Amino acid sequence: MRRFDAIVIGGGLVGTAIGYGLARAGLDVALLDEGDIAYRASRGNFGLVWVQSKGLGAPHYQRWTRRSAEEWPLFAAELGESTGIDIGLEQKGGVQLCLSEAELERRRAMMEQMRTEAGNFGFEYRMLDHDELAVMLPGLGPTVVGASWTPYDGHANSLALFHALHKGFGSAGGTYLSNCTVTQIAAAPRDFRVAVGGETVGAPRIVLAAGLGNAALAPLCGLSAPVRPQRGQILVTERTNRAWPIPLGSIRQTPEGSILLGSSEEDVGFDTSQKPEIMQQIAHRAVLSFPWLAELQIVRAWAALRVMPPDGLPIYDESKRFPGAFTANCHSGVTLAGAHAKVFAPMVACGALDPMLAPFSAKRFDVPAAA
Amino acid sequence: MFRPRPDTPAATIAVEVEGRVVRVPVGASAAAAVLMAGLSSIRETPGGATERAPYCMMGICFDCLAEIDGAPNRQSCMVAARPGMRIRRQRGARAIEMG
Repeated sequence: MRRFDAIVIGGGLVGTAIGYGLARAGLDVALLDEGDIAYRASRGNFGLVWVQSKGLGAPHYQRWTRRSAEEWPLFAAELGESTGIDIGLEQKGGVQLCLSEAELERRRAMMEQMRTEAGNFGFEYRMLDHDELAVMLPGLGPTVVGASWTPYDGHANSLALFHALHKGFGSAGGTYLSNCTVTQIAAAPRDFRVAVGGETVGAPRIVLAAGLGNAALAPLCGLSAPVRPQRGQILVTERTNRAWPIPLGSIRQTPEGSILLGSSEEDVGFDTSQKPEIMQQIAHRAVLSFPWLAELQIVRAWAALRVMPPDGLPIYDESKRFPGAFTANCHSGVTLAGAHAKVFAPMVACGALDPMLAPFSAKRFDVPAAA
Repeated sequence: MFRPRPDTPAATIAVEVEGRVVRVPVGASAAAAVLMAGLSSIRETPGGATERAPYCMMGICFDCLAEIDGAPNRQSCMVAARPGMRIRRQRGARAIEMG
């Protein structure tokens, strides 16, 4: 049996960020990846480091997201230095456009609630009207009533991030094992064994970061992770000159000039097909926001599955029955990469989660339904 | 570097590639016209300003992007050549009037 200090199951953004953090902390880590048959949210995501709407009614989630956003600049610089890969992080704030007065009022109420819930921690935001926005965003459509702005948001090249995390994990001494579909885990307190391709890997720590696969894996370690797929679709335009250096929620332009349009949400199970009516809705809203977008050709489009817990908040847990086993699930693999690598991984290395993560336990779902 | 297959129809049309008139077989794509004009590249990438020429010829690789009759960023392998068509180099990202 090959012994490691930690096994991470899941080679997506969440698993590689945690594996990278563990390896950088000096642990000998095995990263087990399912392979190209996996539902890879990491290859379909939008690439936002997005803070401003995360954690309404759940201040612990707001703080966790903000913590990750704070970690991002140094995290990106460190990854860039150690791998030579530019992740293209731009983090100068972001705006969420509102296309009607009702939308704007809902947004205003939401941002004010976020500020109230932040308490002494603070939450900086501004509501911008059409005229202020028009100065900031060339070619703004008359339909846009206003927007919310916070300084925390940003965006990055999520594929470059994914590549850099894999490369950084390897150069920190991590062992990457591909085509490892895990269906069995032999669990005992601080002793976990997984059979992969004719051999067994063992470690005193195991992190389940297999996205949608966690639903089946968590019970093997005395945990639960009731995640379901939520489909999102994205359209990408041809490259054009730079219009906006900041992300606009469901619209963002890469430094190379491609414009990504997205943010649809559908509950359709494990179906990654694209639907023209959703693509039309995405394009329609984008053209209302910026009429000149209609001139651009769409050159790529895809659908991918978000990893969605029942309340939309991440799940972080440690097993009472099998100490040393952890889960990590979220639908914000880019935004939370900084926290996963720099905050969560060190907790796992030390052997226990900090109490700040207690509200993210899946025990929050163990509430009997009303008869 | 490239020449038509022996079974290519004899009838040709004239198109303009980077200001030069080129005769291509009826049914050829704009990308084929670029290759028959002997050009070693037809675009410069927006990222690193490196040169690219038609490659996959089936609409996948986007290396044949060209300005065709004034329209930027056209996949020239997916556009049929028409008499008098003007095919020009695509330099970096297209420009757009944002109003």
